[in-house]
Amino acid sequence: MADTKAKSDSKPNQTLLERGFASIKGSDADESSKRGPSSLPLKIQVKNLDFYYGKFHALHSISMDIPEKKVTAMIGPSGCGKSTLIRCFNRIYELYPKQYATGEILLDGRNILDPKEDLNLLRAQVGMVFQKPTPFPMSVYDNIAFGVRLYENLSKDEMDERVEWALKKSALWKEVKDKLKQIGTALSGGQQQRLCIARAIAVKPEVVLLDEPCSALDPISTAKVEELIDELADDYTIIIVTHNMQQAARVSDFTAFMYLGKLIEFDRTEKMFTNPTRKETEDYITGRFG
Amino acid sequence: MNGLKNINASLYRRRRFINYAVLASSILTTLFGLFWLVWLLVTLFSHGFKYLNLAVLTQPTPPPGEAGGLANAIVGSIMITCMGVAIGAPVGVLAGTFLSEYAARSRIAHVIRFVNDVLLSAPSIILGVFIYEIVVVPSGHFSGWAGSLALALIALPIIVRTTEDMLRLVPNTVREAACALGAPRWKVTVSVVYRAARAGIFTGILLAIARISGETAPLLFTALNNQFWSSSLNEPMANLPVVIFQFAMSPYEDWQHLAWAGALLITISVLVLNIIVRTFLRAGHKS
Repeated sequence: MADTKAKSDSKPNQTLLERGFASIKGSDADESSKRGPSSLPLKIQVKNLDFYYGKFHALHSISMDIPEKKVTAMIGPSGCGKSTLIRCFNRIYELYPKQYATGEILLDGRNILDPKEDLNLLRAQVGMVFQKPTPFPMSVYDNIAFGVRLYENLSKDEMDERVEWALKKSALWKEVKDKLKQIGTALSGGQQQRLCIARAIAVKPEVVLLDEPCSALDPISTAKVEELIDELADDYTIIIVTHNMQQAARVSDFTAFMYLGKLIEFDRTEKMFTNPTRKETEDYITGRFG
Repeated sequence: MNGLKNINASLYRRRRFINYAVLASSILTTLFGLFWLVWLLVTLFSHGFKYLNLAVLTQPTPPPGEAGGLANAIVGSIMITCMGVAIGAPVGVLAGTFLSEYAARSRIAHVIRFVNDVLLSAPSIILGVFIYEIVVVPSGHFSGWAGSLALALIALPIIVRTTEDMLRLVPNTVREAACALGAPRWKVTVSVVYRAARAGIFTGILLAIARISGETAPLLFTALNNQFWSSSLNEPMANLPVVIFQFAMSPYEDWQHLAWAGALLITISVLVLNIIVRTFLRAGHKS
């Protein structure tokens, strides 16, 4: 893993000044193990992100670089801030008045925490799938077309094609192709979750955030979703929060370990699971705490 | 005791006794409530049913001693009620939406909720006098419009409350999911949240209709009554509750008979509305 240690050489979206700053920080061995990969094209750069639920300080100065078109997994015990962190990437926390973030999150070099950022456009670019399946009370077809109709003016045929494409991508087409007019809430739990994934990718986002997408699913549906994640990584940047370490090991290229609102370690998945730098990571992965 | 050990027999007997005692008293109180309802319905049917005939539905209210029906009052009641709901429902649904979706925890929402609760429990006669002062007095005459406005004021707080409650039952995860697709807030509310709550919102509106269709006091001060056919909301308008009130208090026997028939008509229509509401609620829970 020598390449991950060679810090700050080919970051496309950084100025010289920032690079210099990063290399100063990089002189600290801990810092370099935290910040993550740097030799790959980056999609998201998090810089000194702090997050608050009212007075509660939930995330402490998180900095990490998330590579493009790779799967990045977030692991850590409950309440460590994994979900909070990915909820910053599409600013969905803004639905609640007392939650706020400080610092910077650069998406392709653009700071999305800027108050001028158009949240609707941001969310069209950064899709999200939640822990519980959330089908809308409308037909399977309309569930998927809902998001597409917001930003694209497609003909009936093009829309049919898009719906079929999204359902095929999410391995649901065979099961629902004869019940596209049926209400989405009538599907089984596993099917509902794949419907939500289809709905998220139908709008063709660049980043897909998955917040424990398999926690309500049986092993067969879980396997299907994992296959899907693997396939999606060809086209999308994927960030997945999971409680299941085997799942993180199976599906991700990079893994971040968080604990008590801090990013403890972030590195290639093989390295995290075979030779972690930090003691806390090793203890968590081997099941000694958490 | 059934092979179970470690059971304190007297403790168990005591618990069983309390169970029976509570069950018995709740059955008795239910029967007490039902008794009066059944008595009321039996009286209504026994007095009213024999006077319920085609003439009641087709002929206008007669002068004393002549044959006639309640047709103008039925039509008037339907018009005033529909107009009242047409005014009250959109305002109520929008206000409920504001409270649930846009201002849930703000100070203004607390104030609106408080005022709404006051309006909800305000005696309907006060609302009638209020509309009398602001509509009937300035315009110089009683009118169907004034009646509709008074009924709208009664329907409004019911619809505000049920709309807010029903929207709050929609889980936040659904709103998050819709927002996460890049949908603006209004689109999330109209296309997703309303859809999830529509059975409940519709139920609230139907309950409000059931409530206002029997209101008498506010109409006495606003729509008053009209002996003749009148389909103009600009004039005083006949309506069932006021006609029942007037005819029941009169010394003429055929007027009193018509009052019984009218009372039965209103009761049946409110009953039917309530059954429709329950069917909708059940359908809403299923989906």
